[in-house]
Amino acid sequence: MPAQPHAYGYLTQPETRFLDAAVARLIPADELGPGAKEADVTCFIDRQLVSAWGTHGRNYRSGPWPEGTPEQGFQSRLTPQEIYRAAIRETNVHCIRQYQKAFEFLAAQQQDEVLHGLEDGKIEIESLPARLFFNLLLRNTLEGFFADPLYGGNRDKIGWKLIGFPGVAASTYNDHLEKHNVPYRVEPVSILDILEERVKVDAQGYPKHVMLGQHKRADGDDSR
Amino acid sequence: MTAAKLKPVDVVVVGTGVVGSILCKELADAGLKVVGLERGRMIDPQHDFAMPYAHDELKFDRHSDIFQNLSRETITFRNNMSQTALPMREMGSFKPGECVGGTAAHWGTHTRRFLPWDFETRSRTIERYGKGQIPENCTSQDWGITYEELEPYYDQFEHLYGVGGKAGNLNGEIQPGGNPFEGPRSREYPNPPAPMTYAGTLFAKAAESLGYKPHVNPTAAMTQAYLNPYKLMLGQCVRGGFCSSHGCANGAKANPLTTVIPALLKHQNFELRPLSNVIKVNLDSDRKRAVSVTYLDARGREFEQPANLIILASYTFNNTRLLLLSGIGKPYDPVSGGGVVGRNYSYQSAGKVALFFEDKAFNPFMGGGARGTSIDEFNGDNFDHSGLGFMGGAYVAVSSSGAMPIRSTPVPPGTPRWGSAWKKAATQYYHSNFTIALHGGSQSFRSHYLDLDPTYRDANGLPLLRMTFDWSENEKKMSAWITSKAAEIAKAARPSIMSVNPTAGHYSIVPYQSTHNVGGAVMGADPATSVVNKYLQAWDVANVFVIGGSAFPQNGGNPPTGTIGALACWAADSIKDLYLKRPGALV
Repeated sequence: MPAQPHAYGYLTQPETRFLDAAVARLIPADELGPGAKEADVTCFIDRQLVSAWGTHGRNYRSGPWPEGTPEQGFQSRLTPQEIYRAAIRETNVHCIRQYQKAFEFLAAQQQDEVLHGLEDGKIEIESLPARLFFNLLLRNTLEGFFADPLYGGNRDKIGWKLIGFPGVAASTYNDHLEKHNVPYRVEPVSILDILEERVKVDAQGYPKHVMLGQHKRADGDDSR
Repeated sequence: MTAAKLKPVDVVVVGTGVVGSILCKELADAGLKVVGLERGRMIDPQHDFAMPYAHDELKFDRHSDIFQNLSRETITFRNNMSQTALPMREMGSFKPGECVGGTAAHWGTHTRRFLPWDFETRSRTIERYGKGQIPENCTSQDWGITYEELEPYYDQFEHLYGVGGKAGNLNGEIQPGGNPFEGPRSREYPNPPAPMTYAGTLFAKAAESLGYKPHVNPTAAMTQAYLNPYKLMLGQCVRGGFCSSHGCANGAKANPLTTVIPALLKHQNFELRPLSNVIKVNLDSDRKRAVSVTYLDARGREFEQPANLIILASYTFNNTRLLLLSGIGKPYDPVSGGGVVGRNYSYQSAGKVALFFEDKAFNPFMGGGARGTSIDEFNGDNFDHSGLGFMGGAYVAVSSSGAMPIRSTPVPPGTPRWGSAWKKAATQYYHSNFTIALHGGSQSFRSHYLDLDPTYRDANGLPLLRMTFDWSENEKKMSAWITSKAAEIAKAARPSIMSVNPTAGHYSIVPYQSTHNVGGAVMGADPATSVVNKYLQAWDVANVFVIGGSAFPQNGGNPPTGTIGALACWAADSIKDLYLKRPGALV
């Protein structure tokens, strides 16, 4: 399943190709189903970068900026926008030096090698600690895979269907809560589903959930 | 800039969270003209927390605009005095609020009382074990108030907040099904306990098989529709998850917005001023009396609000910082051990046992408001500490506030952080895991404290508060020992895989742990070791009261909100019954 075409507000084309390739390794499409690329995680990251979060709108931004200890947390003077821009370029510089190809053209195994190198800090990039970039990318990938589709990722609720998360809650959980060890498996409902009127809600605004077939098991197999 | 001087009022309350809202209401009811100054924005729960938008993990758990806006003000942090403190640039270990309703607008509703021992930590420890049991440089102390004195106010707060639970000790009589270790309570909880979750039941059975006495977690998420003493109606919790970090869509979460503020807004003696950030308490020339507060409004205009009585009722950090910025009380000096403001900062220790099963479905997204069960055998001094080499303890619990997928897709130990193997494990275990968590005390130590940072400043150019804190050997030993007990219970629940994670290493500001920061303006019987007396009145300036988590001399094993609420009710009564009749030092 190819990623959908999107208008990108911040990322450039080479950057979206890098991210499509990277998130496809972080959460791959495999026998369990589609992965982060198919869930449009790159689009999610782009929209996050355009949002107040992308410029650290609610974060403390004054210097000085010594690196500090791991316990002291994020200390880069760069915003997420600047981190993605710099780190993608610098990672590609490393890939071209090492493999004579940009990241997106590497074999899956080589891509994993690069991602592990960033994660472990074995690859050095210039503008910030590589680990910091990797952790940001992994965090945003998980967010884009599991956040409400409202934010441009988790397309078709791919992430929620995979693990069996129902999304917006129904008002009837009290009836089910004491049915112990009885799996509650439903077609997930997103905020976007409700806004686009694909799902109806009750007077309090809660959706009615549609149960999935009885053959669904508690091990997460909810292929339809 | 010259501040515009406003018309004097009787009382100014700084902050409209759990403490401020109660003080505003009680003092307005007593006939005083009260102004509430809140740095955050106004909240209208029906709009701000409306369905379906309320069920948005990314918005509320990650990017919430009801958390403190760190771009304007944060804290700086270091593990010890030899390091340079650096700013907490993004939200992590804790999430202080910034809105009308305060941090409680998004709290998790765990409402437990402290144990009688918690209020007399030092004297009872010495009495039972001798002085040798107190760790070196431990500055934990008695509160200057006892559980018995505070009991009526716990009761008042629990009825105000509609807490659901089962009493374990009614006037000294142990009650089946409740927590037998709790201090005596004068009457039953106002609401019944919550129904049992599957994970909570498994934990309770396993704990019972080892001889422990599990009980249902008390919660301030309504277990039935409830009319509180301020005549406000709260809805029943539907256990839809999206609870902790979130505002509640159906008004089932007790907090200032549901239990107090609507009654206050109609009160003729009360005026609320949101987006009003107090930066200083102004003293008269002999520095014995406060005359006003200075604040900035949304337009950046500076105002001086004179008042006869000034109540600091904001978060632990801001209460302490305002005292330091205003020169009330002597700042603490960790080298000499002298001074008091900023002394005895502490937090909440933890420990976790994660359980993974192959054949179970816990429906982890169902829940909210502390659903689950706990045991209290290892809390406070409920067990014999002889020879263990630590003081204090933790309660051990299973609770579900609704497992949201970004935050709560745990995988077994050894699973890679990403790739197909991670995907497989996350998918396999999302429905079939739960965690047994320790919620532990945190003793105070000489080198753990709050002061003003020498380098970093807020948006107004004022110094940030600096935190110096690390896990002590005491907390690490305690967590290791109790986590091993929790692991025995976990084993009895027969998971296929489990991982045991006590508090270890250095405290980190990065991962979320709890918004249970306490101390810095502690209460006590001795002005040499406390900022406020037992009535929460500043020793040095009699018309300033400083109320909140800031008053805890150290942290007990239970979550702080129940005790913060009880202290608010106690202080309100003390002001009405004692201070107003004879304004001046109450001790």
